[in-house]
Amino acid sequence: MSGGVDSAVAAARAVDAGHDVVGVHLALSRMPGTLRTGSRGCCTIEDSMDAQRAANLIGIPYYVWDFSERFKADVVDDFIAEYSAGRTPNPCMRCNERIKFSALLEKAVSLGFDAVVTGHYASITTDAAGNRELHRAAAWAKDQSYVLGVLTTEQLAYAMFPLGATPSKAEVRAEAAARGFSVASKPDSHDICFIPDGDTRGWLAERVGAETGDILDRTGAKLGEHEGAHAYTVGQRRGLQIGTPAADGKPRFVLEVRPKDNTVVVGPKEALDIAEIAGSRFTWAGLPPLNSHMPFECEVQIRAHADPVPATAVVSTDAAGAEELVVTPHVPLNGVAPGQTAVVYVGTRVLGQCTIDRTVSAVPVEPLLAEARA
Amino acid sequence: MAVYLDHAATTPMSDTAISAYVDAMAVVGNPSSIHSQGQNARRLLEEAREQVAATLGCDPIEVVFTGNGTEAINLAIKGLFWARPGTRILVPGGEHHATIDTVEWLERHEDAVIDWLPLDELGRVRLDALESALATDAASIALVSMLWANNEVGTLQPVAEIAALAARYGIPLHLDAVAAYGHVPISFADVRAASGAAAGVGLVALSVSAHKIGGPVGIGALVLSRTAALEALIHGGGQQRQVRSGTQDVAAAVSFAAASGAVIPAMEGESARVEALRSRLVAGVVAAVPSVVVNGDPDAAGRLPGTAHFAFPGCQGDSLLFLLDAAGVSVSTGSACQAGIPEPSHVLLAMGRDDETARSALRVTLGRTTTEADVDAFVAALPAAYAQAARAGLAGRTTSFDR
Repeated sequence: MSGGVDSAVAAARAVDAGHDVVGVHLALSRMPGTLRTGSRGCCTIEDSMDAQRAANLIGIPYYVWDFSERFKADVVDDFIAEYSAGRTPNPCMRCNERIKFSALLEKAVSLGFDAVVTGHYASITTDAAGNRELHRAAAWAKDQSYVLGVLTTEQLAYAMFPLGATPSKAEVRAEAAARGFSVASKPDSHDICFIPDGDTRGWLAERVGAETGDILDRTGAKLGEHEGAHAYTVGQRRGLQIGTPAADGKPRFVLEVRPKDNTVVVGPKEALDIAEIAGSRFTWAGLPPLNSHMPFECEVQIRAHADPVPATAVVSTDAAGAEELVVTPHVPLNGVAPGQTAVVYVGTRVLGQCTIDRTVSAVPVEPLLAEARA
Repeated sequence: MAVYLDHAATTPMSDTAISAYVDAMAVVGNPSSIHSQGQNARRLLEEAREQVAATLGCDPIEVVFTGNGTEAINLAIKGLFWARPGTRILVPGGEHHATIDTVEWLERHEDAVIDWLPLDELGRVRLDALESALATDAASIALVSMLWANNEVGTLQPVAEIAALAARYGIPLHLDAVAAYGHVPISFADVRAASGAAAGVGLVALSVSAHKIGGPVGIGALVLSRTAALEALIHGGGQQRQVRSGTQDVAAAVSFAAASGAVIPAMEGESARVEALRSRLVAGVVAAVPSVVVNGDPDAAGRLPGTAHFAFPGCQGDSLLFLLDAAGVSVSTGSACQAGIPEPSHVLLAMGRDDETARSALRVTLGRTTTEADVDAFVAALPAAYAQAARAGLAGRTTSFDR
């Protein structure tokens, strides 16, 4: 129970469904208040008190469990390491994967609990053979199946999402108000909970360090300088501060961040179009495809609030036997960065996901090089 | 029926204290008012002060009522610090947070220098370390502060020797007696006299709290020697020797006095009764979990009679607490921060234990209302809770759900 409206209503519904429920608030920092200040996000004293008050009204016991060390190692430090490696991680997915449905789940199961209930907007169904499937929520605007795409069959077996069938967030708020929860109109949390003021760039600069480096075009020609590669994300247009305009006068976008040589590669918008994405770290959320080594039709989603795009996916094996999930969107994807997660859907069902290791541009660089030589 | 074994956190109010509280609340009159009703309230207040003073072996004028034990401790430490030119504060590790957070605040804001004194493995301050700290530039020392009895493990400090050392080196000493009060005999005057303290130094301040002895929450007291120099923290109407301004809470003081009047005279017999229950509990725990470590002084003369403190190897204290709570038994892991996060026992860490042991701590504290049935219920609930908590283990870096 984060102290927000969704987890409070989820807990209440679990009680209504006849379960024996205990409220648990996750302490993710040893110093409450150093994370988000105010009434949003996680880990403020106010949030802990809000969660406790909701538990009081529901009539369930309430405890705070400390996962601060693991959260720092697996989410915060991982976030820094990923950015340092020039990738764009999603810390909320990492938290679901490593904290809520791993550390918390393991402790809960070993203490005798049967499931972890959260206020995520997603649905779990069971097929005729008893296999669990993860699906989008009824409320598409609030659907959070993307950030749960990292869950495996084993984790889904212990997960319950009582808000999945609710048509809208407004209904959840109305229910919270009817139940007398003080958090009924509490603002939604967004941004990253461990970056209190939302200034991700400044927060990273303090931890990664900012070193001046070159901004290059795709042919390798230097266009300008930047003040720390980590501050750039693929697809970014603003803040490049390149003096000379492009030959065609069109705006330039960040195409690639190369932390090893501290360079940022920019180019025209078309060059952001990605024809293929692939990742070796992939999982299936439930039963895998019958033959994942045969191409199959699906939809791919690359951000929490991006639209899904029709695609073909396949698990390919290289000469050394290493597998990767390769996804080919039917129309090019825009603004994909390594480190992001590609979640693969079939209809409303989450089939699985991979962390993107590499991308293939829809606009090959060779013609540009030829052009430059000419 | 819930079994309450967390008497060190707070203990049930006695019927005497409740009825005294209710009766006194019906009396109108500010004890500082000059009229007859004010005088009547003043009389109740001063009679309460006399009663409390009698249980602490001090003069009534030396009892300064405060809002709670924490305020008394803040008043003593900050007040003594600001009243002297020295900047060093001598304080052992493993103190209550009321002391730790106060001296650390002084360190950050008032340039105080904290000499953290080591504890031995039983939780007792090392007198040789105290003496060597006192002998090093005594003029730079503002005060010495320490617990009379440790609130987690129950170990008693050798207060007579400590007071004698403070007296010999001419340093003011504050004792936090919140956990000790009501469980071991306390005589402020006797300690001062035996230590041979000159005016203003040696034992000059001692903190207690009413709700630890069956009085109400919301009132504590600082025993402050009339010879002590101390800066007030709260300014206003000049009540209580100008040391603690603010309208005095007659009803709470009357209830506090009633509780102390009931508890202190009966202490010897009650301590023996509780000590026997504690022995029964420890024997039951050791039989159920042979690997358990009992912390603190094994000698009954060296600890509080009703405190049993354990380390359960391979378990997290908060898992045990949760499972016992589910079984209807209320115990403690020691301290939790404001957001309710269970913390590794800083007392065990100060006693030289490792982090894993400090996370495996469980404090069971007995009191006036504890019965054999309570102890037996705890011992009966423990094996299943221990087995499950041991399975849950110490939160590791990896889980079976990791990949």
